Amino acid sequence: MSANESNQPQFAIDTDKLNLWYGTFQALFDVDLQVKRGIITSMIGPSGCGKSTFLRTVNRINERLGYVRTTGEVKVMGENILGPSVELVQVRKQIGMVFQRPNPLPISVRENVLFGYRLHADAGRIPRQEQEDIVESALRQVLLWDKVKDRLDAKATTLSLEEQQKLCIARLLPVKPSVLLMDEPCSALDPKGTEAVEELIWELRGSYTILIVTHNMAQARRASEECIFMLMGKVVEHGDTGDMFVTPKNKETADYIEGRYG
Amino acid sequence: MTKEKVPARQDFDQLNRDWFIDKAVQVLVFLGGISAIVFIIGIFVFISREGLGFIFEDFSFTEFFGSPNWRPTSESNPTYGILALVAGTASVTGLAMLVAIPFSLGAAIYIAEFASGKKREFLKVTVELLAAIPSVVWGFIGLAIMNPIIIQTFNVPVGLNVLNAGVILGLMAAPIMTSIAEDALKAVPDRYREAAEAMGATRWQVIYKVVLPAAKNGLLGAVLLGVGRGFGETMAVLMATGHSINIPTSVFDSVRALTATIAAELGETAVGSPHYEALFTIGIFLFVITFIINLSADLIVRGVRKG
Repeated sequence: MSANESNQPQFAIDTDKLNLWYGTFQALFDVDLQVKRGIITSMIGPSGCGKSTFLRTVNRINERLGYVRTTGEVKVMGENILGPSVELVQVRKQIGMVFQRPNPLPISVRENVLFGYRLHADAGRIPRQEQEDIVESALRQVLLWDKVKDRLDAKATTLSLEEQQKLCIARLLPVKPSVLLMDEPCSALDPKGTEAVEELIWELRGSYTILIVTHNMAQARRASEECIFMLMGKVVEHGDTGDMFVTPKNKETADYIEGRYG
Repeated sequence: MTKEKVPARQDFDQLNRDWFIDKAVQVLVFLGGISAIVFIIGIFVFISREGLGFIFEDFSFTEFFGSPNWRPTSESNPTYGILALVAGTASVTGLAMLVAIPFSLGAAIYIAEFASGKKREFLKVTVELLAAIPSVVWGFIGLAIMNPIIIQTFNVPVGLNVLNAGVILGLMAAPIMTSIAEDALKAVPDRYREAAEAMGATRWQVIYKVVLPAAKNGLLGAVLLGVGRGFGETMAVLMATGHSINIPTSVFDSVRALTATIAAELGETAVGSPHYEALFTIGIFLFVITFIINLSADLIVRGVRKG
């Protein structure tokens, strides 16, 4: 990673006039966003403002729906991922995603961590020792190793929700993504779980660019360095989280932050 | 003020028209609900009564299950061995599954994972239509179409054999297996697919590595129901197997199935004769086998829903 640090672009995600339609409904309007590399950026805004849609466009998982149309440009680490010659598999290797509801696969904890790695590894078996190392290092990074090291062969769905969500983050790490997208990663967790996962996200900053969608303004405030406020499919304000919560430049932002709607 | 609006106590006890209708409907629905149990017990009691006479009098376990000779009409020495019949049923069902599993699994995967909108609805309706074709029509296809094709293609003397019946039965069982398998695939939560796709899995990898393993119990249930169907099917098998008692050594041998034996012979036996009772004993055997298969299929499919 550090070898070609200098020729890496400044922005991890850089969109230009991004418009998106679900059928005939337009969900994003001319979104121009530059998300800085290596920091945590949060996205806030009322329900239906397009923040999740934006997130799901960045790894193109939105296209599963089939009736989605996109125009504009989304550059991730300098490359337009909407281009015609882009290989989706590579895009998704580069960009990991954590969902609102923890969604570990119904296989063992170990296999969950190895799932992505196996997908992207060249054909052939991964040596046993390498597997062990990958699993341990990924689980250590998400502060889960000590809790589950004796349960690696248990079904992942038997873990607590907090552990499941951490596992969902852990399984992204072995393929060394540069960007992690998180769609309300704590909304299914209790306060204790939320705190633990937030702590973990904070730990991961620096190594990964993290874009996190949240409904929880307190979370955005304490767990992100930059903040984006969206409304009705448009970006209203984007800036330093501290500044934005203290002196929002925009009236709508101020109203939302103070809880007048949303 | 408001207190006066509360009805007096005796109002609650009145048995009015609605109360009676409610009770009557409850009873009716209850009867409907337990009717299946009543019928199945009734059927079992009936075939047992008819077949048990044979089991207690002329029955020899080793002969019944061990002898390939089914000669119930022999004047001097009637033998009642169902081994050849069991072999016939099993070989046809086995081949049928070899035909049906790839077809139905492929169809189920396509319908559940790839087809969308109108195409999907159209396919589902078509599959259900296919399941509604009467078995005698399938038998006719075996007799009139498959028979000459097999004779010509493989240059064999008889086209009514294990191959013919197996293919016919496989095509018959495929629709119901497709339906059940599709349900099993649809029951796999979409978030698993989404998770795998977001990690970069291709469509096929999602199916192969996530959806099929998650649905494996339901798929096994589908196969078992197909096997149950194969064991129980009568008319098509009667028409397409050649109906000759034989332990098959190749797919071109004619065989005879348990069910077809009952269908063909029961009308010609004297009520209460050993032959008649032996046929009912075959009935008990079939009943028990299909009951076990269907029950385990059901338990397996239920296991999926719970887990």
